[in-house]
Formats: sequence, C-alpha cells, structure tokens
Amino acid sequence: MKTSTSRRDFLRMSTTSAFVLALGFSSESKGKLLKKVTTTGVQINPYININEAGKVTLFNPRPDMGQGTYQILPMLLAEELDIPLDQVEIQMTDGSDRFGSQLSGGSSSVRTRWIPLRTAGATVREMLVQAAANRWKISMNDCSTKDGFVINKISQAKLSYGELVEEASHLPVPAKPKLKSFAEFTQLGKPSMRPDVPAKVDGTAIFGMDVQLPGMLYASILHSPTIYGKVQSYDATKAMAVKGVRFVLKTERVFFHGPYSDSGGFDQKLRGKAEAIAVVSESYWSALKAKKLIQVSWNALGFGETATEQYFNQAKAAALHEGNEYKDAKVGDFAKALQLSDYKVQGTYQTPFMSHAPMEPCNATVFVQGDQVEVWAPIQGPDGLVNDLATYLGVKRENIKINVTFMGGAFGRKAVFDFVMQAANLSKQVNAPVKVIWTREDDIQQGPYRPGMISAMQGGLDKDGNVLAFEHRLNGASIMASVFKADMRNNPDPWAGEGINLEDSPYAFPARRNSFNWIDPQMPVLWWRSVYASTNVFAQESFMDELAAEGEKDPLDLRLHLLRDAPKFVSVLNKLAEISDYRAKRKQGVSIGIAIARSFASIVAHAIVVEKQNTGGVKIKHVYSVIDCGFPLNPDNIKAQVESNIVYGLSAAVCNQITRTHGKTEQSNFHEYTVLRQGEIPASTIYVMPSQDEPGGVGEPGLPPIAPALCNAIFLATGKRVRTLPFDLSSI
Amino acid sequence: MSIYQLTVNKKKHRVDVDSDTPLLWVIRDVIGYTGTKFGCGMGLCGACTVLLNGSPIRSCSTPVSTLKATDKITTIEGLSEKATHPVQEAWVEAQVPQCGYCQSGQILAASALLASNPNPSDEDIDTAMAGNICRCGTYTRMRQAIHSAAKKIQNTKKS
Ligand code: FES
Ligand code: FES
Repeated sequence: MKTSTSRRDFLRMSTTSAFVLALGFSSESKGKLLKKVTTTGVQINPYININEAGKVTLFNPRPDMGQGTYQILPMLLAEELDIPLDQVEIQMTDGSDRFGSQLSGGSSSVRTRWIPLRTAGATVREMLVQAAANRWKISMNDCSTKDGFVINKISQAKLSYGELVEEASHLPVPAKPKLKSFAEFTQLGKPSMRPDVPAKVDGTAIFGMDVQLPGMLYASILHSPTIYGKVQSYDATKAMAVKGVRFVLKTERVFFHGPYSDSGGFDQKLRGKAEAIAVVSESYWSALKAKKLIQVSWNALGFGETATEQYFNQAKAAALHEGNEYKDAKVGDFAKALQLSDYKVQGTYQTPFMSHAPMEPCNATVFVQGDQVEVWAPIQGPDGLVNDLATYLGVKRENIKINVTFMGGAFGRKAVFDFVMQAANLSKQVNAPVKVIWTREDDIQQGPYRPGMISAMQGGLDKDGNVLAFEHRLNGASIMASVFKADMRNNPDPWAGEGINLEDSPYAFPARRNSFNWIDPQMPVLWWRSVYASTNVFAQESFMDELAAEGEKDPLDLRLHLLRDAPKFVSVLNKLAEISDYRAKRKQGVSIGIAIARSFASIVAHAIVVEKQNTGGVKIKHVYSVIDCGFPLNPDNIKAQVESNIVYGLSAAVCNQITRTHGKTEQSNFHEYTVLRQGEIPASTIYVMPSQDEPGGVGEPGLPPIAPALCNAIFLATGKRVRTLPFDLSSI
Repeated sequence: MSIYQLTVNKKKHRVDVDSDTPLLWVIRDVIGYTGTKFGCGMGLCGACTVLLNGSPIRSCSTPVSTLKATDKITTIEGLSEKATHPVQEAWVEAQVPQCGYCQSGQILAASALLASNPNPSDEDIDTAMAGNICRCGTYTRMRQAIHSAAKKIQNTKKS
C-alpha cells in the first residue's frame, strides 16, 4: 500500500470536458429535501473535479460516522493539490468501481488512502503546473502553487486552476508525482476545524434519517423476536385500518454478505435470512402505530430457547482445552515453559455481548425502478452495498447508485446493510421510494452484536516474578463465521486475534500461546468498535496486573521490562507515567491503574485514578491517555476520538450489556441498555505523541485499554479483581 | 385526522395529523425541519429535544394535541439566524460534534440552561444535560463549550 497505487485511481476520466452529475442535498425547502446539484468540469482523476470557474470538488471515499473522515480524506487530496480545504466542495463517493474500496472500518481510512489520495492530488497538481509552464514557456521548476493558483516565480504572474484545467487534462499523466514531505505540509499536521461541524450545529447536516423524496413511503418493521425466524401466519386487519397505512407485507431480513438462502452456512444454523412483516405507510407515526396491531405467529426455527447464559457455560467448558492455535502469537513451547515455572497464575475473564446503539437508528431510503436502484442511506461502505444489492436483487452493479449521507454514529453496525436490503425489498414490492426506519427497540433487540467472549489466561513465573509463560485462550463466537459464513470450527478466527498478536503485543515472554475455540452464538455477531481488541485486551492487560501482583512487581515496571525491545511502547508508557504523575504517593484508597495496547496500527495507553468511597464502591477521578498514531494529521480530532473511546469503552465496562433468554434479547431501549451521561464522565488529559511515522488508526485504538486500566486501578485501591464486565462501580 | 395550529420557529403552521402524533414527526415529516432527531421514541435520549416556550421538551413524547397555537416551539433551525447563538458559536470553537446526531438536542438543552442560569456550575450542567445522551462521548467538550458560551453571553451583556 505504501508505494504502489492502484491503476484504477489514476485513470484519466476524459480528455475533454466531462460532465459529472451528482446528487446533493439541500435542506432549505420543507418536505422536498432533495435537489439536483450539477457539477460540470474536468475530472483528471476520479477524486478531483475542477471546473473552468476554478471550483474544486473532491470526492471522499470514506463515509463519516463521527470519526472525522469527512475532513481528513479530502485533506489528503487538498494538501497535495495545494488548495485550502475550505475552498473546495466535498462529495461522498457513490460506490462505483472507479473509487476502489470505500469502506470506513477497521480504523483503516487514512492508513489505506494515505499514499493513493496524496498521489492523486500531487498528480493533478503536477499536470496543472505543467500546463502553466507550457503556457508561460518556462520550466516547471520556475512555478509554484498556492491556494488554487499556479504562480510564475519569475514574473509573479498567476493562473488559477480553473484556467488551466482544460489544458492540463490533455497532458500525459505523470508516472511519479512528487509527494510533499511532512515539513512541507500546510494543512495536515496541525489542529484544524472540521468542515462538517457548522452543519452539525444548525441542523442542516443531512443524515440518512433526514432524506425525503417525492412520493416516499415510510416503513416500520416487525422483526422476528428470536432474530432468526419465519412468519407462519399473520393478521393485518387492524393495522390496515390505521389511517395512512398503504400496505402490510411480508419482507425479509438478510444476514450480511450472503448467501441469502434461509439455510445458508456451514452447519445450516448460520442463516442467510429471516422473515419479517413491514407496515408501509404515508407517515412513520402511522406505520409505528399499525405495527403494534399486527398479530404474527412465528416459527423460531429452533432458536426459541437459546440463551447467553448457556453460551457462556459452553465457552467456559471449551476454555478448559486448548483451541486452534494462532501462528502470529506463538513463541517457544508454552506447555513446557509453564511446567518449569515456579508459580502458576490463572484467570478467566468474561466480556458480554454488546449492541452498538449508535444515536441514529438504522434507516435507509431506496427506490427500485425496474432494473435501476438508487439508495440514500447512512452506511459505512457504498461499494460493499453495491455488491450486496446486486446479488440480492439480481441487478447489474452499474445500475445501482448509492448516496452516502452522514451517519449518526455507527461503530461498525452500518458496515452491514440488512436495513438497506429491507428498504430495497419493500420498494420493489410497492413500486415507490421507501424509507425504512428501525426503532431503538429494533436496534437493541435484533443485533448483530459484539460477541461475548471468555478469555482463559494462564501464566507462569519464576521465583523472582519474571514471566516465563503466557497463554490466552479465546472462547466464543466468530465474526468471520457470522458475516462471511465461514467454517471456524477448525480454524482460529483471524480477526479474533486482534490486539494480542506479536505485532500488537510485543511483550517479550519466553513462551507464549494464543488459541481460539469457536462457540455458536445462535445470533448474528459483528465487529463493534475495536472489535476483538475490546474483549482481548481487557483480559490480557488485566492479567498482566495479576502477574505483576503475584510476582510482586510494579505494573508499570513489569510492562517496561517486557516491552524493552519495543521502543514506541516504552515511549508511550514513559509519557503516560509523566502526565499522570504515576509514581506519586497517593493517599490510602486512591490508586492509579494502567493498560496499554496496540490496535489498528496505533498504540494507546490509559492511566485511571480511582478513589475508594466510604459509602462503598469506587469513583473514577481522572483518565490520562497517551496515543501514538504515527504522524498526527489533525491532533485535535485525534484527541476527540480518544475522548470518544474513553466514554464508549467505559459505558461498556460499567453500564450496558446484551443478555438473551428464550431466544430473546432482554434489553430494549436506553432504560435497559444504559449508557454514560453528562455528569458520569471523568475528566481526562490526553497527549498525542509527535511522530514522523506513517499514520495509524484513530477511531478505535483508544478503546481496548480503557476497561483494564480501570479494573487494574480498582484492584490496587480495593484488592478486588474484576474479571467480568460489565460491573457496577458503586457496589464494587 | 384533525387540523392543528402550531407556531414553530416564529412561523405559523397548519398541520393535518392524528391527535396522538408526537410533535417530533410533525416537525420532521410534515413541516420539514429535520434537525430534530429520533433516537429512542421514549423520552430517554434527548435527540428530539425542542424548546417549548423556552424550556426543553422531548418532542417524541409530546402529542401534537397537547400544544396550543400560541405555544412557541423552537427547533435547532430557529435558535438563531446563521448559527450565531453563543452556544452554537462555542460549539464550533470547541469542535464539539462528532457524528452530530445528538447535537441539535444538546445545543437546545444548553441554550435553555443558559437562558435560565447565565453562570452554571458543573453540577448545574450535569443536571440540565443529563437527559441528553451522546454516544460519541462529546460530554467533556460540551461542558467546556457551555462554560465558554456563558462567558460570551456575560461579555455581550457588559458591553
Ligand atoms: S427520541 Fe425523544 S428522547 Fe429519545
Ligand atoms: S455527536 Fe454523535 S451522538 Fe453525540
């Protein structure tokens, strides 16, 4: 990814003026919010369009869910193009092939587009400079660029990009455009204002929820309470009597990337689709009211008695045996090293199933007209959606157009498109644009969920407390099996080793082993912010402190010693110790706990200070954080993402979880799936490490070490070791 | 269906809806101000917050039939001309929004707090803002922005 750029990114779109028709949104007029915005101009590569008036449009291939891609991806283009981001218009890409991968996920947006997008910007800049040099009959070296102009360094004459673009588009595409050095950046690398913020303080930002089309109908969905299920029979008489209701129909919920058969999957259990009933109405309120009046008899397909308790019991039983081994975490002979140890330590950790619960529930507006499909939706990846829709509807990929809106949060949930497929299915059935809106109850009760996991940890120490052997057995559901219907019975899920492989966790243990035992969750599971790193690191970093306690070492010193060959980790820990005053004497009942993890190519360490309360429980006093995510592109947004991960991760540690009995989810809305609110958030101090390395991920790496830092602090303050999440801070 | 008269953002609207229709859906789908959001439908999250005669209410749990034509309803679109309310300005300066979905509700709740309490303490903020969830976790920045908006308001009063 570092040097080569896909050819696709560099195809010259045309040699003459190209007309790009794009759909945009405007929120001025009431009711009819959709307007056609026409951009004309020359498109030298797919990401950049410049018209003769000098207006620059940049195409953004990474949907924004709050993590800041709306700014930072176009800024990669703008930096090299030498135009301030506030002078350009940003449009989201539509899923077409020419934009390559367009998925926001795995904190990968900048990492994968860091070179390609900058190269795209530099290519166009060089062609504009060449065009100007030709016109002035001077060498390119005598030209510079600034703020959308090429400047003649000899005469100080200026030509705008708009004046040059037509000519530039006829020139050969430079094979190796020169990229700026970090020192030459004028936009990247300093705190900057995100261009989406103004629209998010005055109500004009358009989320999927806000899309309105002429003739659009609204749909609410009655899902199978057991998630997987079929409709045996239903009575819609009362629902049809509600004013505004136009149709009550059977629809489907398909599970992820196919196959969309109802018995798909290697063991006939991981199903491809479920059935549901939809109310399609002239208003959403009437659709919601009518949904409550439908009588359905469901066939639970054998999922009627599944329970999370049973799942965890199975996982704990599996944890007694070694699972399928991870090659990327193997060091030495673990069994032998454990045998030779003077002390053995064990700990079994449990992390729950979680709902993403983004603020904006899933929704999508789709219009299927014959073999043409258009979508307006808050989704993480328009290209993946094109693929899934093409398979599902049997239409050509080029006939599918995706309009990506802002997402009101996603955290992984909107990288699968079951809710969009529902809208497509319904639009096709009723021959009108349909907007499907899931309720919060649909969101929390229907999954997909982060898998709950059992991590069985074992360690061996010598007499002096040195760690000789370290084992992490993962036991639980496979996201690979859920999303791609892969058979994970005899393989370790490759994603499940995240955050604890040797690259992410370079602790110098003489012997080490990670393995995975697959347990069928009997429900759809999916990546959730930081994915398995969120569950793995809780166990691993908590257990590090258990080993430190057993070996009578300071937790920071033990880590510094074991990470001695990983200088970046050491720097992060030293900085953390400094900003948190780690070694200060604290009064009785006040303790500081730490944890560190690398995930998505960035290192984050947190230190949490807790105070034991006389009334019982503990109070979080302060969170200190250090992040090394390589060259910090917008340090203020990096801080914001760490703040966000602290809150999201603490909510998961001390508030919420998904439990299921009799095939049903026990939580339904924010009174049962509680989240942290204003007044429950500790103060934080965040330090972003300066770095000249390639940028790493930002949206997720702050999450994994938060829960173990908290639990390590609690252990030091109270002597109680928390091994199961979530727990209640006030009664610990 | 019945006709209701509503005053939203200083404009009068006549809407023809069922009496139990929550104000939220009237504002969004009938009148067309989509800045007010749906988050839970149960009064639990605050995404649907609007001001009723200056006080924050949950529009998802306010049937249209409970409102009078003289009631002044303010949505985010009506809080100020061109986003010039001190809370909105402070929000931009502190770069509060992430996904932004909760923010209309947060800003309206904060503006109501400052209207009744020009110099709120941290505890006042905790109480006034407790009904508004932000899944992106922008709480710390919101607190800072409320304090700085309070200063802005005091400074304009002085000058
Ligand atoms: S939508 Fe009204 S409080 Fe959540
Ligand atoms: S900014 Fe995303 S929910 Fe608050």
